[in-house]
Amino acid sequence: MDISLVIGLVVDYFSKNPMAPYLIVSTIMFFAGVYGFITRHNLLAMLMSLELILNAVNINFVVFNRFLYPGQMEGMFFSIFAIGVAAAETAVGIAIIINVFRSGKKIETSEVNTMKY
Amino acid sequence: MEITASQIIFCILSALIVGGSIMTVVSRNILRAATYLLLALIGTAGYYVLLNYHFLAGIQISVYVGGILVLFVFSIFLTSQVGEKMPKVSWSKTVFAIIASLLGAGLCLFVLLTQSYPYAEQVAQTEISMQAIGLSLMGTERFQYLLPFEAISILLLACIIAGILIARKK
Repeated sequence: MDISLVIGLVVDYFSKNPMAPYLIVSTIMFFAGVYGFITRHNLLAMLMSLELILNAVNINFVVFNRFLYPGQMEGMFFSIFAIGVAAAETAVGIAIIINVFRSGKKIETSEVNTMKY
Repeated sequence: MEITASQIIFCILSALIVGGSIMTVVSRNILRAATYLLLALIGTAGYYVLLNYHFLAGIQISVYVGGILVLFVFSIFLTSQVGEKMPKVSWSKTVFAIIASLLGAGLCLFVLLTQSYPYAEQVAQTEISMQAIGLSLMGTERFQYLLPFEAISILLLACIIAGILIARKK
């Protein structure tokens, strides 16, 4: 198949569906986060994958808000509050991870297998 | 076929986001992973600017890049040696993770792209004024968000106290 034909089809689809490229990118970001969450052994790296997932969801909220309901602001405010919650969650998570590190000198998931005692 | 400047910027930002997020989860040096996460987050802020949400882009830069990422880098320095590589992931786990994420991505993309959306007549090209945002945050009417705003403030207070309590020396 001719390559320019394929590009033409893709451009045609995107011009009819202007939200699609944003959604594709945010899907890739989300599932990169899922991949990292499954494969990583380091607690900090897992938390970073979680940030990717949250960020992809924020992009989706904003894009749906802008293209489908441009006169309203629900998606933007949901993203703002989600960013606030993500900040809080990361701060507490990192505090816990540092505490785990202090008690066991390791933050690998395989090493962290006891709670307090 | 005309290519506009915003399309070129969109392509650059998309490359930044996709490359950054994939390298974040693949890179074996955790400090490098944090740097790639920075690229992905800045690309997201660029998306928000492209969509005319300038306030949200500012929040993204100041909270994510200026706050969360700096916190990550600090804790990486506290918990690992510089230049230390993370151990290799086992082969079967990698394959399983790739299959899971590809299947999920395929399913999501199929649902998202075969859906027909009721697009708005015209996309607003103006940015939302700061006054409108402030008024929406400070009210209890319909489309106003005083309650979640206060809930977030309580959450942040609880989170500050919890952070100090958990991380302090015994």
